[in-house]
Amino acid sequence: MLIVTCPWCGQREVTEFGYGGEAHIARPENPEQLSDEEWGDYVFFRKNPRGVHYERWVHTHGCRRWFNAVRHTVTDEFFGSYKPGEAPPTVPVSKG
Amino acid sequence: MKQKYSIFSIVRNAIGYHEGWQEAWRSPDPKAHYDMIIVGAGGHGLGTAYYLAKECGVRNVAVLEKDWLGGGNTGRNTTICRSNYLWDESAALYDHSVDLWHGLSRELNFNVMYSPRGLIHLAHSVHDIQEIGRRGNSNYLNGIDAEYLTPEQVKQWVPFINLNTRYPVMGGLLQRRAGTARHDAVAWGYARGADALGVDIIQNCEVTGFRIEENVVKGVETSRGFIGANKVGCVVAGHCSVLAEKAGFRLPIESFSLQALVSESIKPKIDCVVMSNGIHAYISQSDKGELVIGAGSDPYNSYSQRGGFDLIEETVGAVVELYPIFSRMRMLRQWGGVVDVTVDRSPILSKTPVKNLYFNCGWGTGGFKATPGSAHVFAHSLAGEDMHPVAAPFSIDRFNTGALVDEGAAAAVAH
Repeated sequence: MLIVTCPWCGQREVTEFGYGGEAHIARPENPEQLSDEEWGDYVFFRKNPRGVHYERWVHTHGCRRWFNAVRHTVTDEFFGSYKPGEAPPTVPVSKG
Repeated sequence: MKQKYSIFSIVRNAIGYHEGWQEAWRSPDPKAHYDMIIVGAGGHGLGTAYYLAKECGVRNVAVLEKDWLGGGNTGRNTTICRSNYLWDESAALYDHSVDLWHGLSRELNFNVMYSPRGLIHLAHSVHDIQEIGRRGNSNYLNGIDAEYLTPEQVKQWVPFINLNTRYPVMGGLLQRRAGTARHDAVAWGYARGADALGVDIIQNCEVTGFRIEENVVKGVETSRGFIGANKVGCVVAGHCSVLAEKAGFRLPIESFSLQALVSESIKPKIDCVVMSNGIHAYISQSDKGELVIGAGSDPYNSYSQRGGFDLIEETVGAVVELYPIFSRMRMLRQWGGVVDVTVDRSPILSKTPVKNLYFNCGWGTGGFKATPGSAHVFAHSLAGEDMHPVAAPFSIDRFNTGALVDEGAAAAVAH
């Protein structure tokens, strides 16, 4: 089973977690000024990379706090977890 | 001239010690330019090429495949065909497919083993009952056969089912015209049919980029060099976001790993398809005798073509709860496919921001059932100026206009 590292609780099995999709998508600052295309882009369109993915997780059956993680979507290798507001860990160039 | 498969060709070749069989399709080198290029030789892509050549008069077509044909999700699904979707747009698309499934073996002169054996959606809660009631009525209005089953009627279809599970079986929705087909044969039949009409199927040829001039696609860069084309249609399922990125735009899609597993072979035991959205178990029996079981999709983005064991445990637990008779069976193999999931669980058949570049993707966890219909309307869309009327509602623009086709309940696989 996939082992996910919660920055507060440490390593736990994936079944303890919820998944929040792509990370670092900022909510628009002036939503009333957005066009339909910009709204659609914000709500629905995603990078969905084959490779390194910055993503959100929530430790639903643990501390219930949200955090970010960096994972490779082919190998499932994690390059680190980090709390909201923290800088993401660096990914080895060979793995990118 | 392609040999026609028939009882006579079997006899003739048996007398000739089976040395006279033709190859089912050629393996040509790519030409410098085609009228149309289809990227992805799965069922949908090969079918598109077949209908382009057969019905649209476009025979200068290539299908490019990075691996071997039919090796992606076409070879990884649970072979279920049905059309009991909620909305009018979906009903038109999926029922078009069921109509084509019925004549497909004869059309292709290739036995795709379509078996309309009946499919039951189980309901385990008041909410499930309301959902199948609403969807069944909607199906009925759209001319799709749907019957409501009481628990006793479910028991008549599947005598060994345990109705008193943790979430008891409270009813079911039956579509008699639904069933299964032989997944590999669909790819092979379309490949053979398209090849006979002059389509070049080029395997082991990965598309690495697009040549785009003034926002018009001119061809594709591949592992075997540049190939020019007037129009390009991408039908690559789980990897559609990867190709879209090469063309310079994003898609409203995320890719997940969806698993399935099959058991050892047993004598015929279950003669219909039974799906349970509520506790997530769906099951049928192949002609070889294996139980074919669909598991859930992992909750996180993945291109790994494998999935978590926790999902298998959950699925097998649900199967054993519903069918205690299977509790001591062994599973022979398990695999995963990369499914391209949209938020409304409906596909995308659409033009893109790049002129003459089309995408057919977003089929998510249920693309196999739609193979003939999807291929048919996508071929007509590629051949004409406008999208086929059945395909038009599935434009990528719906994610900007808000005209989503929400099939979250009918799509059946919990995400």
